Order: sequence, then structure tokens, then C-alpha cells
Amino acid sequence: MATRRLLPFKDMGGCSITGIMDESGRRFAGDTIIRSIRNMHERSNGLGGGFAAYGIYPERDEQYAMHLMFDTHQAKRDTEALLDQRATVHLAEPIPTRAHPAISGEPILHRYFVNIEADRGRPHLGEDDLVVELHMQINAEVEDAFVFSAGKNMGCFKGVGYPEDIGEFFRLEEYDAYIWIAHGRFPTNTTGWWGGAHPFSLLDWAIVHNGEISSYGINKRYLRNFGYECTLQTDTEVIAYMFDLLMRKHGLPLELACSAMAPPFWNEIERMDEVEQAQARAIRAVYGGALLNGPFAVVVGSTGRMIGFSDRTKLRPQVCARSGDRLYISSEEAAIRTVCPDPDVVWHPEAGEPVLGELQAGVKVN
Amino acid sequence: MPEWLTQAEFVIERDPERCIQCKVCVRQCANEVHRFDAELGEVFSDSDKCVGCHRCVSLCPTNALSVRQVELDFRSNANWTPQAIRNIYKQAEQGGVLLTGMGNPEPLPVYWDRMLLNASQVTNPSIDPLREPMELLTYLGAKPTRLKYEGGDEPRLETELGPQLELQVPVMFSTMSYGSISYNASLALARAASEVGTYANTGEGGLHAGIRPFAKNMIVQVASGRFGVDADYLNAAAAVEIKIGQGAKPGIGGHLPGEKVTAEISATRMIPLGTDAISPAPHHDIYSIEDLRQLIYAIKETTRYRKPVGVKIAAVHHIAAIASGAVRAGADFVAIDGYRGGTGAAPTMIRNNVGIPIEFALAAVDARLREEGIRQDASLVVAGSFRCAADVVKAIALGADACYIGTGALVAMGCHLCQKCYTGRCNWGIATQDPYLTRRLNPNIAVRRLVNLLESWRHEIKEIMGGMGINAVESLRGNRDHLRGIGLTDRELNALGIQMAGE
Amino acid sequence: MKRIRICEEHCIGCGLCEVHCVVQHSRSRNIIRAFREERDGIVPGVKVERDGHLSFALQCRHCEDAPCIEACMTGAMHRDPETGAVLCDTERCVGCWMCIMACPAGAVQRGASGKVASKCDLCIGEDVPVCVANCPNEALVLEDDGDD
Repeated sequence: MATRRLLPFKDMGGCSITGIMDESGRRFAGDTIIRSIRNMHERSNGLGGGFAAYGIYPERDEQYAMHLMFDTHQAKRDTEALLDQRATVHLAEPIPTRAHPAISGEPILHRYFVNIEADRGRPHLGEDDLVVELHMQINAEVEDAFVFSAGKNMGCFKGVGYPEDIGEFFRLEEYDAYIWIAHGRFPTNTTGWWGGAHPFSLLDWAIVHNGEISSYGINKRYLRNFGYECTLQTDTEVIAYMFDLLMRKHGLPLELACSAMAPPFWNEIERMDEVEQAQARAIRAVYGGALLNGPFAVVVGSTGRMIGFSDRTKLRPQVCARSGDRLYISSEEAAIRTVCPDPDVVWHPEAGEPVLGELQAGVKVN
Repeated sequence: MPEWLTQAEFVIERDPERCIQCKVCVRQCANEVHRFDAELGEVFSDSDKCVGCHRCVSLCPTNALSVRQVELDFRSNANWTPQAIRNIYKQAEQGGVLLTGMGNPEPLPVYWDRMLLNASQVTNPSIDPLREPMELLTYLGAKPTRLKYEGGDEPRLETELGPQLELQVPVMFSTMSYGSISYNASLALARAASEVGTYANTGEGGLHAGIRPFAKNMIVQVASGRFGVDADYLNAAAAVEIKIGQGAKPGIGGHLPGEKVTAEISATRMIPLGTDAISPAPHHDIYSIEDLRQLIYAIKETTRYRKPVGVKIAAVHHIAAIASGAVRAGADFVAIDGYRGGTGAAPTMIRNNVGIPIEFALAAVDARLREEGIRQDASLVVAGSFRCAADVVKAIALGADACYIGTGALVAMGCHLCQKCYTGRCNWGIATQDPYLTRRLNPNIAVRRLVNLLESWRHEIKEIMGGMGINAVESLRGNRDHLRGIGLTDRELNALGIQMAGE
Repeated sequence: MKRIRICEEHCIGCGLCEVHCVVQHSRSRNIIRAFREERDGIVPGVKVERDGHLSFALQCRHCEDAPCIEACMTGAMHRDPETGAVLCDTERCVGCWMCIMACPAGAVQRGASGKVASKCDLCIGEDVPVCVANCPNEALVLEDDGDD
């Protein structure tokens, strides 16, 4: 079973993605996002669907919610032994599901709310770093176990099937979140594996992705320099880690992080003023390994934030809309209008231009 | 003992039906193969002296000449090849080290030919470089791990980037000294580099006054002989390269015989007229890695940290550790020269038997530097026989920032790889200082041909990248996923860090 | 008018200019036949002068103020009104050799017959004279000085 984790190819294929954020922080149930993604049924082929939701565990928002899947009971026992050894587990429980006629072969799905105490031997590592380390360790070392997500007050729900069926299977209408992102998969090269569905997540980053990263080979080697092991061999994982590296570790502002991943062309840089030009040249020279090449459109969630973002020539669709406090980002306008028939504004972002949804000033969610 | 055991290596065939006795061949052969017999009014050829450079064949206006390599002149023997036997005859006659020129011609594997490139189909659109941007701009030099910004609403870049070389195409002209090649050839390389937006390398020949106007597209070399090196020389150039070794003759120095040290060469190299220019095998102030660091920083001090300082090393067994040492010693770029790299003169035994293929050296060095987390501290330039754009693309995918071409550039200028550079009688006017021969290379023509070569490679590199769905060279660099091996063992695939075709 | 510039520093002394000049002025315009059958009947209009490693291909300069035209008593030596080239009308030439005496470049010669003068005609009918087109080192370059 472990070999399935090391899928030999990148995640190729077309997909549907959609994301909804309420910038006032008002939480809403998961049936809305299910309706939106159902509208793009044709864009997926039943081999994977998934969701990420932010703000779903407000009563445990200081704890890392680890959503895990296990193919065997042994894997669950091994993982729990590791968790006991490395972390404090506040609560362990099955992730609620319902029997669904379209879903079968589900793995053991369990969630753990944990904290990790500072490591005295390595005082420079914060709790986030230790959680990342644990996340990587489970994925790389524990046979048949896989972490869906391990962030605070958020979680990923995903599996093999059409996304709307997966959503119903996970009873998402029972959760309230201020950001929902969803994904329907159309893989061309991998058999369905629950861990292989989107979103991919690290800490509170969750990414849904439509596209193929032709620079994957160098991106993963670049990330390895900074301690990220791309165990899944999927390009989506690369994007999640890249956001974590550029924004959390290197502290780049969002705009600059995006301009590292989808930089302007040299002929555009030549037209910039001197200061901007020096910045852009430095970013391209230093962050060449972070450039994501090839067609992609992504929606990225993190605490208090939703980002839409496409490649530098926009070879995959992305459309946005706003209605009141809500920001919608989707592969198709129809998927927005089906849940928001009359938005205030609908627009198509430029290639490489990030679209940002942020909680309004003063709104606290954690 | 007479030299009657050494036989001609070539046969010259003159078609009497086509020869018009115009004597062009007579005038063009510096080896005096062709001779006009005034009494008989006919041209005769002496195959013994022919080196197979094809100058006469190329210039014959009626295509009356052909030069064939002599085949089957010995009883066939898979062990004692004709070359092995000839070498022994030559040494038995002359008692010396066998000398040769150009890169290793032995039938050793060329691993570029065992790697194949990828292209997009359906799931990822390929890109047409004629209609959409396709970026090859490359910066060579040390890069910081990360950029730091001053916060605020308008973030401002705090990190200052060290000196960088900006390449419009990731191909540079390799180290070829004025002395080993003619002034016209040196000038043509410098001019072509500046026209295309890349760099030429002086080798250890110094920087001739006539080439100084192109110095901003030149990398100057500091080699063990220190020829032509002074503060002006270092500061005139775009970058400085310390030569430790050369792929064609790792561990071996150089020797430009006194008869080639003309007035111009003596002035450029700053050595007395007519004296032998000897480059010792090691730098006698570098006996260890910390000595290298001192020289690197001495040069950086001299150039006020405004020029990238690189180190050129030959690909030998522990290349990854050596390259890592050079990077840690402060090199802004490391140039690695593989065992097929060219030379103006090298002992045959060394050229054909010492060193390792650039493919493995590059794969090992790139992987090692990444493992150590110092890959961004230096750029990697690779040399050692890049014959075409596909070789360059494969090298970049394997992890190189740029390639050096030496032989390829000479071939563009007319070189026919006769491997007799060390004789100084290059009929193509390239590897010679004889004024009768050097004028055969019109620098205007040579520049045009070199520029054409780089332009055509640039187009081809773009086409290949477009097919892969990649529109910036940084996404190709080190992207080994786009390489697949054929006919390689598991061990070779692992060493190259690539998968097998079909995987 | 178009003039041939001689770049002495690039001349390699191969003599291909002479060869192609002969072919161009042969009846057959076939290099092998020209040399087999007509070689003795044609004096090339270009001549490579050599001294040690130096050489250059000498030919008529088509002077603006051509002394050969001045010196010609029959009017055989004349300027082509269209191209500006100095040409010799062999029908009118009487072989007095005053042109040869007058030419400061030594670019006019006796023709093979020994009876009329022979010189470079800039290859009538060709866009580029054959010596220029066939020089392997671009030591002969066609330039237009802009004057008609």
C-alpha cells in the first residue's frame, strides 16, 4: 500500500475548483459549496473530490486538528503511538461520515486535536515547525497512514468519488465555516487514492489546483533545500509548500510571493520603473526555483485568507465574483451563479495576478 | 633509423577529369601536401603530410579533390588498433610524449545521447515560442537564499544582490587563449559574445588591446602562469575565472613554445618576446582549498566585489566534493570541464584517459550542492563538448546554469577537427600565429557565423522548451523530470538522477 | 556606381578570383571546359599579387577620371553610361597599348590574342561580379559609392 503514496507521476489532468469566503467572518454551512462544485460535475471524473473548511472548530482553535486516513488498523495504531510519543492529544475521534451509495472503499478516517510542546534540544523550532515535521514524518514513515490536514480551526475532507458525493459522505452540511474551498478531480494518470484527492494541506494552508506544473521537477528539488519532502509526487503539494516557504518562512508579502511563483515576463520588467525593476529582477534571480511553470489555476486557503491565483499566461480558467461580504473564485462563472445568482461584480483576473480575500479589520476567527 | 614505418593516415584522390590545375590547393596547404610541377605543368599531392583538415577540398573550385582516411592498412586486430600501432611507431622513432589537439575522440559513451527530453501532450499545452514569450535570460553569480524586505504597505527590497553576469542565451564561449588561437579568432569570439549578449573567455592568454573594447562581454582567466594578469585586466572584464584544471588535461599545465610568442603575444601575456610561456600544473600558491579561498578573495578585493569570481575545474573522480569546496571557498560560479573538453595541445594519453564525463560530474555536483544547501551560492557552468542545442537543454535540465562551448565555436569558424592545433599550422587560420595563415580567418565572417550559431541554438532551445510547456529557463534548470534515460543501467540512471524512458 | 573594394588584410592569395573570372569570360561558362578548351584564350581581369604572406587581388578601379579613356585614341576605352564601368570595345581597339601605359594601377593587360586590351568589366549582366561572389574570405567586397 505504501507504494501508492509514491505515485510515480505528477497529477495531470483537468479539474474543477471553487472557493467561497465570507470576509465578515460569518460562517455558513457546507451545502453551499457542494451545490457550487456539483454544477461543474462534467469537469471531474469521479476519481477524486475534496473540501477544506476554515473556522469549523472554534471551540478548539488553539489545537492542531489532524485529519488522518489509515488503510489498516495497524497504521492507525502506529500513528497513535507516534502521536502519543511526540504530541499531546486532546481529543481523538472518528471523522463523522454517512453511508453513501456512490462512495465505497473508504479508509479509516480519524481526527486528532493535538499540541506539541517545545523541543528543548531544538529551541529554534516553533510549534508550527514541529507540526510540519510530524506531518512529514507520518506521511514518509508510517506505512498506510496519511495526513489530510493538520492546521488550527480548519480541516480537509476528501476522497475518491465525485466532489458532491464526497461532501455528502462527510456530512459537510453539519459544519459551519467562513472559507470553503472545493475540488473535483479529472486525473489522467493515477488510480483513485483517497490521499491523492485535493485539497493538499500543510499547517493551515490548503490548496485546490487545476493544472499541471511543468516545472515540478525543479520545484520539488528547490523545496527539498528547505526541508520539504514532496512525498506525494503531486504538483499541488508543491504549491502548498511553496506558499508556506515564501510567506511563512521567508516572510514575503502575498504580492511578492505570487510574483516569485508567477513572475512578470522580462519584457514587462523592462518597462517598470527602476526600483520595481530591481525588485523584480532580484525575485526572478533568487527565486527561479520557485517559479511555477505550466498551466494552473489555484485557490489557496489559510487562516483568515483566501487567494486565487493563476499561471503567468493564464492557461487555466479562473473567474471571480463579489456579493456583499462574500468573495467567490471558481473555474466557471456558472458555479458561482448557481449559489449567488446576482453578484455585485464578476471579473476575470489577469494572468499571474493574485486575488485576495481577507477578513475585515477587527474580525477574529482564532 | 628511417621513419619508413610511419604511414600516411590519409589518401588524397585527385580526379584528373575535374582538376583544372588552378593551384588553389597548392597555395592553401600549409603542410605542403600539394605541389605544382612546372615542368610537367601538373599538380601532384603527397598524402604522407596530409592531416585531413579538408582545406583543399573545401576550396577546390571543381570538387576534384577528396581526402579519405586510410582504412585496413594493418591486419585487423581488435586489440592492436591501427592508432595504437601508429603511436608505438611514432614513439619508437621519436622517443617523446604523444601530443594531440582538440577533445577526446575515443568511442567512449556520450551520455547526452542516452538521455531523451519530454514534451507536453493534452494535459499541458505546449507553447509556440514564435508567438508567445519564451525566456532564456540567465543570471550567473551567487544568490542569497532568500530576499528580505522592509515591511510596511509598500515593501522595499533590503537584500542586495551580489554581482551577476546577465546572459541572453545560456551558452558562453569557452576558454581559448590568444596564443592557442589567432588574434582574429579571439577577436571574433569577443565580438560575437557582445553582439549576442553572452560572454567569451580569454583563457590564460591575457586581454589584447584590440579586444579590450569588448571586455564587458569577456570573462578573464587567472591561470597558473598568471599571463597578462594585473589589476586593469581583472577590472576590465565582466568576471574573473580562476583556472584550476582543464577537461582535456586534468592535472597538466600548459606550454606555449617560444616561437609562437610573437611581439603581440608577448605584450598581451606580459612576458618577454620569444620565451616559452609555461603554465605550471598547479598554481604554486594554491596547494589546498584554503589557498584557493585566499586567491578568490584577493581577486574580489582587487575588483572591489563588483565582479563575480569563478573557479574552473576539470571533471575528475571526487568532483562533487571539489566543487563543494570551491563554492565554500567563495566561488560565485564553478565551471566544470568534462573529459571530452578541447585543448590546443595535450598529451594524448592524458586527454584520452583522464577525467570523467561531464554528464556525471554535473549530476553529482548539482545534487551535492543541493544536499548541502549551497546550490544558490554559486552558478554551475559546464563545458566539455556541447555539440548542439539539445545537449545544452539536457545539461540545463540536469542542473547547469549555462554551458561553455569551445570546439563548437571553432567548428563554426571553420575548424575541421584535424587535431593538429599544436603544430601551429592550422590551415583554417584558427590555431596558428603564422601571418600567412591567420589572415584566412576574416573576423567579420567568423563573427557572423558565431552569432548565427548562437541564434540558431537559441531558437532551438526555445522550441524544445515550448514543447515541454515551459516558458522560462529557470523552470528547466535542474528539472530532471524532463529527462529520461535509454540504454542505461540502474546505477547510471541513479547517478544521473533520472528515470528510465517509459517510467 | 558599384565598386569592388580590395581588403588586402583578408586576401589569402588562393587565386579563386582569377579562376572564376576566367570561367565568367569563357564561352561555355563551365569551369572544366573553360580551363580545358579556352584557358589560353582568356586573360583574367583580376590578378593576385603576392609578396610573402601579403597578397591582394588587383583589378581595374574604374576611376572617375580614367587615364586610360583619356589616352585611348580610337575611343575603344569608354565608360558605360549605365553602370559607370570602364570598358574596352574590342571592335575598336587597335592594340596601341596607350591604356596600359596610362593606367596607374597596372590593371589593363594585353588580351590573350595579343591584339586588343583586356580588363575587368565588372561582370556585365551579373548583380555581383564573380570574383566578389566567390572570394572565400570576403577580401573583395562590392560597394556602392552612391554616385551615378
